[in-house]
Amino acid sequence: MEKFFETIVAPGAVDFMLYIGVILLKVIVVVVIALLHVAFATYFERKVMARMQLRIGPREVGPFGLLQPFADGIKLFFKEDIIPANADKPIFYLAPIIFFASALTSLSVLPFFSGFVVADINIGLLFLLAMSSLGAYGIMMAGWASDSKFAFLGGLRSASQIISYEIAIGLSLVGVIIMAGSLNLSDIVIAQHNYPTGMFAIPQFLGFAVFLVAALAETNRLPFDLPEAESELVAGYFTEYSGFRFAMFFLGEYTGMLIMSSIATLCFLGGWTIPAFITNFLPFLSYVPGIVWFLAKVYFLMFCYYWVRSTFPRYRYDQLMAIGWKVLIPLALANIVLTGLVKSLSKGLQ
Amino acid sequence: MEHIEDIEKPFRTQELTISMGPQHPATHGVLRLVLNLSGENVVKCTPYVGYLHRGIEKLGENRTYFSALPLSDRLDYIASMNNNVGYVNAVEKLFGIEVPERAKFIRTMVAEMGRISSHIVWLGTHILDIGATTPFLHSMAQRERLLDLFEILCGARLTVSYPRIGGVRNDVSQEFLDKLYEFVLEFPSNMDNYETLVTENRIWKHRTVGIGVISAEEAINWGLTGGTLRGSGVDYDVRKYAPYDAYDKVEFDIPVGKNGDCYDRYLVRVGELRQANRIIKQCIENLPAGPIMSDVPKLTLPPKDMVMKDMEHLIHQFILITKGPSVPEGEVYMGTEAPKGELGFYFVSDGTGKPYRMRVRAPSFVHASVLPRLCEGGLVADVIANIGTIDIVLGECDR
Repeated sequence: MEKFFETIVAPGAVDFMLYIGVILLKVIVVVVIALLHVAFATYFERKVMARMQLRIGPREVGPFGLLQPFADGIKLFFKEDIIPANADKPIFYLAPIIFFASALTSLSVLPFFSGFVVADINIGLLFLLAMSSLGAYGIMMAGWASDSKFAFLGGLRSASQIISYEIAIGLSLVGVIIMAGSLNLSDIVIAQHNYPTGMFAIPQFLGFAVFLVAALAETNRLPFDLPEAESELVAGYFTEYSGFRFAMFFLGEYTGMLIMSSIATLCFLGGWTIPAFITNFLPFLSYVPGIVWFLAKVYFLMFCYYWVRSTFPRYRYDQLMAIGWKVLIPLALANIVLTGLVKSLSKGLQ
Repeated sequence: MEHIEDIEKPFRTQELTISMGPQHPATHGVLRLVLNLSGENVVKCTPYVGYLHRGIEKLGENRTYFSALPLSDRLDYIASMNNNVGYVNAVEKLFGIEVPERAKFIRTMVAEMGRISSHIVWLGTHILDIGATTPFLHSMAQRERLLDLFEILCGARLTVSYPRIGGVRNDVSQEFLDKLYEFVLEFPSNMDNYETLVTENRIWKHRTVGIGVISAEEAINWGLTGGTLRGSGVDYDVRKYAPYDAYDKVEFDIPVGKNGDCYDRYLVRVGELRQANRIIKQCIENLPAGPIMSDVPKLTLPPKDMVMKDMEHLIHQFILITKGPSVPEGEVYMGTEAPKGELGFYFVSDGTGKPYRMRVRAPSFVHASVLPRLCEGGLVADVIANIGTIDIVLGECDR
């Protein structure tokens, strides 16, 4: 059989097709698992926020309301797809697809545990940043195509917000890149494991803080959820969307949260590894599979998202911009300078 | 440095006109604001009211003084008890009758309950508008307890119609007093909880300090009253300046702000919540014994059990209900301190059982008129903060 293929197609075709097949399998696994996580992230959020607000949260659909996300999905799928009469239809159709696709594409470079990554490319971090910026196009196009002033304002706000905070996020990660010496996410995790503290969050505390704050803004979450400030702009850029198109924005947003939490985990919290000083102290912990640590860290960060959401009021638009440009970016720049100095000094000492 | 507005632009710009409302999550009812925006800046703000107009003033002219009382419930539907108290006080002033001491204390007590339930809704929604969701649900849980208490008191939760001309409808039960006292004792610690989340919060301060500033002089000229005026530093409170009911017999302070911005108005109302709690506590502790209705046969209905047994009482009841009370001719204005501000009832009587003219001085109407003054020159997000801070209810504004 093998011989047969090799003779009629090309030498090495079987290996190549196996390679493609494995990648496809990985893609399916990652997308399905990620979407399931997104579905349950909404459930998790509703439960956590309900507990903080003297409520119970979903509990009717399935045991403990666990099937609520699916019920919501089915409901949204069967809703009428309303398109405003004056909407710019092609752009209106395209916007949620761009938003959702760019969020899903980011998943391809995330290593969930040692060796498991769809595309182990050497510019993983840059790819992630590029994809999250692409999402801004979806938002802007949605705001523009809806032919609604509220959606338009929401889209404009979002565009300027994401562009501003993109810079802060990018700069805050430069420190990590300097320390790890690589843009590949797997290499960054391994570099952290070899570092004495086990995670970059400790030496890069400044970058970590900037990243966490900017990630809230990047994913449009409170206290920076201005593009969809419910009390001002009704629902922001997706005011005019309904049915499954709305669901795509919704899913894209939660995937975005998952991705931001994953980046924070991979770049600052050591990804699927735990610091060596802990395993030296409690050796049995090293038998726990890496995916458990990874998910535990991601979910802790997701919990922080919800925690912040149920605690803080919302910033005003100009204040948001001031924080981005006057606080976060200078802090991130200072972090780069510090990291660079320490790195070159330590090299000089050696 | 050249100012950004002075730079000549090679293109034409146009203001963006947005109609905010009448169906909008943050306009607290059916208020419609037409905003002219230049980017995020509000150039012009025009409030449109009247979407909830039900003709309450006109309806009042076609009903006897007794049967117009439930109309006042529908003014400020969040604090109907205070409207009732305002209404009956005005009618009593017209009739010139004195209310028994116990009824006065009960009225003061329930009016302050109404104030707490109104302010607590304001607190929750104002904070919700600015973006924090949790205090809203926590404060609503407290309001629920107050509504349950109203239910024990008179059977209704929102449109209570509990006070009567000459007193109150029924006496308070011991169960009600016990539960209310329990609420009063727990309330300060609950207030601490809300304040921990908000008062010293940096974001909250960023959003409210220096926003919607109005000076004391201007506030008076605009006719502002209540917490909206006191936030500017004027200690005008009808309960102190022209005490009605039992307000001259209880101790309370008037919280006053300084800068006249959203934050000071917030602090004033939070202070009022604590003071209202203090008044309720004193009312429960000093509640005198005695009758709950004044004995003025020409104006007050006879006791129900006597109506069923006695011919004269039956005729008396029938005449009062059908013809209305016999009233002296004249005009009367009576202002009371409702949670939103000074709620005034103005009656012109022509001697019949129905008012010739019933006019309501609604604080929400006056406060809605100051919105352009507060909003213009600010940002869109400040409009939301300003709507929240003036604490308007459109039922009262449109009447």
